[in-house]
Amino acid sequence: MDIYLLEAVINGILLGGVLALLALGLNLIFGVIDVVWICYAELVMCGMYMIFWLHSFFGWPILLASFAAILGVAGLGVLLHLLVISPILESAPINQLLATGGMLFFLQSLATLLFGTDFRNIGLRLPIIELGDIFISYSRLLAFGTALIGAVALYLFLSRTYLGIAMRAIAQDREIMGLMGVDQRRIYLITSAVGGALAGLAACLLVLQYDVHPFIGLSFGPITFMICVLGGLGNMIGGFVAAFVMSQIIAIGGYYFSIEISYVLAFVFFIVLMLIRPQGLLAR
Amino acid sequence: MKNELTRRLAPLVVATLLLAFVPLATSDYVLHIAIEILLWGFVYTAWSLMGKFGLVSLGHGAFLGIGAYVSPLLWNYAGLTPWLGIPIGVLIAMLLALVIGYPCFRLRVIGHYFALVTLALSQVALLTIVAARDITGGSLGMTPKAVGHSWYALQFPEKPYFYAIALVAWVFGIVVWHFVDIGEGRAALDAIAEDEGAAAAIGIDVMREKLRVTLASAALTAFGGALLSQYFMYVNPDTLSGIGVSLQIVFAAIAGGMYSAFGPTAGGLFTIALPEILRITMGTNFVGAANTIYGALLVIFIIFMPRGIIGWFESRLAAAPARS
Repeated sequence: MDIYLLEAVINGILLGGVLALLALGLNLIFGVIDVVWICYAELVMCGMYMIFWLHSFFGWPILLASFAAILGVAGLGVLLHLLVISPILESAPINQLLATGGMLFFLQSLATLLFGTDFRNIGLRLPIIELGDIFISYSRLLAFGTALIGAVALYLFLSRTYLGIAMRAIAQDREIMGLMGVDQRRIYLITSAVGGALAGLAACLLVLQYDVHPFIGLSFGPITFMICVLGGLGNMIGGFVAAFVMSQIIAIGGYYFSIEISYVLAFVFFIVLMLIRPQGLLAR
Repeated sequence: MKNELTRRLAPLVVATLLLAFVPLATSDYVLHIAIEILLWGFVYTAWSLMGKFGLVSLGHGAFLGIGAYVSPLLWNYAGLTPWLGIPIGVLIAMLLALVIGYPCFRLRVIGHYFALVTLALSQVALLTIVAARDITGGSLGMTPKAVGHSWYALQFPEKPYFYAIALVAWVFGIVVWHFVDIGEGRAALDAIAEDEGAAAAIGIDVMREKLRVTLASAALTAFGGALLSQYFMYVNPDTLSGIGVSLQIVFAAIAGGMYSAFGPTAGGLFTIALPEILRITMGTNFVGAANTIYGALLVIFIIFMPRGIIGWFESRLAAAPARS
């Protein structure tokens, strides 16, 4: 096997970890609240700015800044739910999708207004690991590992704790869970906070690899939706698998053609698969 | 039917007569804004043909992009006049709409899923344009070869010419909107939007009705894209295709009111005039201020006025006599 192809495959797997983390948060929100946050990647962008300012401008240690960003984005998630989602919880699903789409515009232009369109970098360069002839970026490896740990932690939370079980139960039957004494409103708020925290975690990992600018959300937002839908909206394991399938298409496509073509291939793959298996990759 | 059509078209005739005098009374700058509003209003109206029947497409960026690029590409590389290039672009957009629409409707991809599949479509269009940078100029965009005032090349440096073209296109869009709204298909499409299974059960050809309105919408959108590129004499993938434009189209149509004939145009007025007004009053120090306000207003519109500006006025007018 070609050594460069192998490198592309490994980088694809590492990219898949971050995409899986993003898809996980979006799927959690969709599964429990039944809403698609079109502005999810913009929340990640907010988190990246938080880390940038706290670390580079106020001089906080990177770990503390990351932790603050996770909390901050979790707070944004709660605000988003309270201000935008809960007033239209009962209206047509497409209106909810559009309202969060409006938030996408709002957050993007607010970031432009506050910070300008400069590309900002936290100036932290992690070493590159050399395995024989293969180069692997340490920040990608870290992102991959953290994403896996995050996924496992979420899995344990959803399967072992009372709150997690209540969240999954609500996803299955909204009406009955109210009668069972589960406070739907509270569960929704907690879900939004957890979904936001996952976006914050993704921000911590992405800020190590990419410069932050107001439109960065557009570079991985669409692919995240495709992954969620491909895995079956709300199906977390499906989303996890789909993230790695998509990232391999992007990595290998990028190796043979160009990066844009690889994304075109990924989107075309998505459209074709949607038409063959509308319920997602792992649908029975 | 005939009376109905007359009653409906009367406001359009009045509006057109009033608008026809605009070039006599204003500066080039105002005329430029007016052309933009009419052309975008035309595109938004085209989108609302589908949108008001619950077919929320986020893929119109793809149709717009095809319309905008095909004719300048043919003009630059093959010397083909836009009189042929534009119809070719429209046909390609319709073909794409058919290729995506047919399987979607066959397999009942609706709601969220339809929105997201079409979203992928508009990303494919954007990325393809960027990837083919050797001929399309990629992210830098491209310029059709300018030849000055020419009917053959459909290029008019003088604004009033293009204003007339934009006005005619816009009137055409509104007439098509009414045509769809009073045609037999309307009741069928309403029934489909309500419950697709039930509509099919009472003998409505769901596939045919949906495809008709989708093809019409895609064709008009591509035509609008072609006119935009002829007017601006510059095409850029980010302003004419992709997720950003797709969302812009959806929001303007909804903010204006997609259930009213003039609604999408009102959305165009709102989305084009507002940034201009804010730019003039606040200066260029606040890049992004206009869009921030715009984004916030959109969210508020969707929460409090789901039928848009015109729809809100209409319901107020309808409620007023009932109260007195």
